[in-house]
Amino acid sequence: MNARRPTKLMIVDDSNIMCRRIERSQQFDELELVGTARDGFEAIELFKRTDPDVVTMDLTMPRMDGIECISRLVALKPEVRILVVSALADKATAVEAMEKGANGFLNKPFTDRQLNEAIAELMR
Amino acid sequence: MLQEQELKTFVEGTTSFFAVAAQQPASIGSPYLLEGTPAVHEYTGIINISGKREGVVMFTAPKAMLTVLLMKMQENDFSHETMRDLVGEVANTISGNARRDFGRDFVISVPSVLSGQKPTIPQKPGLRSFIIPINWRSHSAKLVVSLT
Repeated sequence: MNARRPTKLMIVDDSNIMCRRIERSQQFDELELVGTARDGFEAIELFKRTDPDVVTMDLTMPRMDGIECISRLVALKPEVRILVVSALADKATAVEAMEKGANGFLNKPFTDRQLNEAIAELMR
Repeated sequence: MLQEQELKTFVEGTTSFFAVAAQQPASIGSPYLLEGTPAVHEYTGIINISGKREGVVMFTAPKAMLTVLLMKMQENDFSHETMRDLVGEVANTISGNARRDFGRDFVISVPSVLSGQKPTIPQKPGLRSFIIPINWRSHSAKLVVSLT
């Protein structure tokens, strides 16, 4: 039998509440959570160990912020799909994140529907 | 110096947070000028602001309100750490959303959290502090905006 490989998801956010919210609210059977990270350094370590296909990325985090982390993850795996999930609502930040390699941007606060639409768009 | 009309972005951010994250709108009271140190509730999330504006944005709320807010967010962990996480996240979300109006030079820190202690408002030339009262269900909280 040829079982379909799951799409591996990594969640990066310094808020545990937000990590659990994203994990609980996403409705894609094919997504398998490989882990959560609380800052950019943890994210890179987890990324190297688990090789995720899809990442949700906060921007304001201690030690290493999301913008820097996106650049490093894209350097490791150019085909990774990254959805920024951030409260930072100015256009310049969204543009910078996309230029570094993010594929989507979702502002906090968000509804379950908005999250799932953003993930669906990311995986299209 | 922080002007009354600039508070609109924080009022909108607070309204949006409760309407979206808690699926129940909050009633926002009229902002008023603060002299001295604000009275705070059990948990206070603090965001330091730097860049073209300086100061702090604080969200302070009682444990009872945070507990209901967590329930509305489908959370089932009501620990002290989760309460701290939540006030930090609310302060972060409202401050981050304010960049829609203030722009990217409104630089926000990661949250720091106080549990019961009184916060210190930094003394800076031209800094003004306002309290924005928040009423949600039967609970009251405050947003403190202190900016140059």
